[in-house]
Amino acid sequence: MNFKLILNIAIHLLRARLKQSIVAAVGVTFGIAMFITLVSFMHGLNNMLDELMLNRTPHVRLYNEIKPTEHQPVFLSEQYKKSVNFISSIKPKDRGKDIYNSKAIIHYLKQDSRIIDVAPKITTPVFFNSGTIEISGVVYGIDAVAEEKLFRLSDYIIEGNISDLTQNNSIIIGKGLADKMMLKRGDILKVTTAKGNLASLKVVGITQIGIAELDNTMSYTSLSTAQKLLGAPKSYITDIQVKLHDITMAPALAKEFSAKFNVDAIDYQTSNSQFETGSTVRSIISYAVGIVLLIVAGFGIYNILNMMIFEKMDSIAILKATGFSGNDVKWIFILLSMVIGAAGGLFGLLFGFIFTSIIDVIPFSTAALPTIKTYPIDYNSTYYFVGITFALSTTFIAGLFPALKASKVDPVEIIRGK
Amino acid sequence: MISKVLETKKLSKFFYDPVKFQVLKEIDMSISSGEFVSIVGKSGCGKSTLLYLLSTMDTDYEGELFINDELVTGKTDKEFASIRNEKIGFVFQFHYLLTEYNVLKNVMLPGLKLGKLSEEEIEYHAMEHLRTLDMHEQALKMPNQLSGGQKQRVAIARALINKPLIIMGDEPTGNLDHKNSNLVFDIFQKLAIEHKQTLLIVTHDNDFATKTNRIITMEDGKIIK
Repeated sequence: MNFKLILNIAIHLLRARLKQSIVAAVGVTFGIAMFITLVSFMHGLNNMLDELMLNRTPHVRLYNEIKPTEHQPVFLSEQYKKSVNFISSIKPKDRGKDIYNSKAIIHYLKQDSRIIDVAPKITTPVFFNSGTIEISGVVYGIDAVAEEKLFRLSDYIIEGNISDLTQNNSIIIGKGLADKMMLKRGDILKVTTAKGNLASLKVVGITQIGIAELDNTMSYTSLSTAQKLLGAPKSYITDIQVKLHDITMAPALAKEFSAKFNVDAIDYQTSNSQFETGSTVRSIISYAVGIVLLIVAGFGIYNILNMMIFEKMDSIAILKATGFSGNDVKWIFILLSMVIGAAGGLFGLLFGFIFTSIIDVIPFSTAALPTIKTYPIDYNSTYYFVGITFALSTTFIAGLFPALKASKVDPVEIIRGK
Repeated sequence: MISKVLETKKLSKFFYDPVKFQVLKEIDMSISSGEFVSIVGKSGCGKSTLLYLLSTMDTDYEGELFINDELVTGKTDKEFASIRNEKIGFVFQFHYLLTEYNVLKNVMLPGLKLGKLSEEEIEYHAMEHLRTLDMHEQALKMPNQLSGGQKQRVAIARALINKPLIIMGDEPTGNLDHKNSNLVFDIFQKLAIEHKQTLLIVTHDNDFATKTNRIITMEDGKIIK
C-alpha cells in the first residue's frame, strides 16, 4: 500500500469539502480543549486540597494509643488455655503518652532512605486563661526547623515568624483564639495544663490554617517549652511524624514501624480515607465529562464522513475502477478522519493550554487558603498525551465504519446507475 | 502465435432482483492482442454487463475468465484491483475524472498507484500522453473547466498511463456530439494502428462500430455474430 499516495488522496478529498471538515475538526478541538481545561483544573484543585491536608498531615505518625492491654492475664493461664474466656469491664491501660526511647527511634528513622525527614512533636491539651474564662485548646510542642521543612508551617503564619519560637516561653496561637481572647503579637497568655501547672507564654505569632475548628483551639510552641509546661524530661515526645518519598508505601511502612518500635502507627491513607475518596471521585468525573465530549465530537465526524462518502461515490468508483482496492479506499477514509482528528486535536491541546492559562490568572482568594492567590491549575503533560491519544482513537473509530462502507461500494452499480 | 488478451468460457450472469433473470448466457469469446473490437446490441442485451465482467469490476458470475491466458476467476479483491490497475485501461461514458485533482494528476493517479516508476517519470509520461491527445495545454486545469470531449480525452490519457494490455470503453462516445465522437474514434484507431493497442469498446453507435476491425453483436445475453 502506497501510504503517501493514500494520504494525498485523503487530503484532496478533505480539501474539496473544506467547510465540513473544519466543522468536524472544531468539534474535536472543542472536545479536547474542554477535556484539557477540565482535567487540569480539577487536578489543580485536587492537588491544592491534597496539599492542604498533606502539608499538615504526616505520612506516618508514631504515637502511643490509649487502649486496653491486648494480652490479658487469663490468656496466660494454662488451665483456661483451651476455653473461651469472656472478660467484662476491661479498662484501658495508661502506658503514658511518652514514646519510649524516642531519640533512638528518630535517629534510626533519619537513616532510612525511604524517608524524607522526621519531626518530633508533643501534643497536650491545655486551658487558655483569659481573665476568669478558661478556653480549652491544644498546645503542639514542635521542632521549628523540622516542622517547617516537612509541613511548611510558615505558609499559615499570618503574623510573626516561625523562628521566634526559639525564644523561651513563646507561643504561636490560632487566629480564632487570638480573636476570642483579644490577643495580639507581644501579649502574654496564661496557660494551665491538665495537671494544673500554670505558665505565662508570650504570643509571638498568629496562624490561620483555614479550618475554624483548628484555628479556634490550637497553638504552637517549642519542644522545650512544651516539656517545661508539662514538667516532663528532655526526652519526652508524644508523636513522631514521618514524611516519605513515596506516599503509597505509607500503609506498609506504618505496619513495619509499629512492629519494630512497639508503638502505634497510623498511615496517611487510613487517617484521611474520606479525603482520598473525594479526590478519586473528582478525577473520575473530570475524565468522564472529557470522554463524553470526545464521543460527541466522534459522532460529528462519523456523520460528516458518512455524508462525504455519499457525495464521493463517483470518486470512489473511479478509484476502484482504476486499480485501488477496497482496502486502499478504506484507508483513504480512515486517514481522512484521522487528519481531522489530528488537526482538531492539536488545536484542542493549544486551546486547552490557553484556557487553563486564563483560569490560572483569575484571582481566587479565600480565608481558608492563605497561600493561594489564583485558581489552581495542574500543568501535566500526561493530560495532553491522553488528550491527543483520545482524539486520534475516537476519530479512527468514527472513521472506521464509514470507511468500511466505502470499501464495500460496488463501482459497477455507480457506473451503471448513471 | 497471437496471444489471447481476453478469453471467456461459458460466462453466465444472473440478476436476482426483482426476480431471477439470466442476463448473459454461457458466453464464449476471445480477443487477441492488437484487435480493435466493438460490442454492439440493443439496450438491455447485456453488453455493458459483459464489459463489467471482463473488466473484473463485477465478480459475481458463473464460468471462467482468462486475462492474458491466466485464469482470474476467484481471485481476491486486492488482486483484481491490481489487475485493473496494471492491465486494463477504462474509458466511461461520463468521463469520470476525480474532480478534486487537476487534469495532470488525474492522469498520473493510476501510475502512482502502480508505483513502478518515480513520480517525475510518471509525470513525464502523463504529459506525453496528454500531448499526443492535444490536451497538454489543459494539464493544470481542473476537470470542471473542461468540455465533454476534452474530459474524454483526459480519461483516455489516464487509461493509457500504465501501458495496459487492453483498453475498455463503455459507450465512450455516447455522451459526445458528432465532431467529438469522431475525434475520440480517431484516437482509438490511431492507438490500434500505431501502437498495436488492444481495444474493446461497447457502443450502440453503429457508425462507430462499422469502422472497427471486428464487431461482436449481442442479443438477449448471447453473442449472435
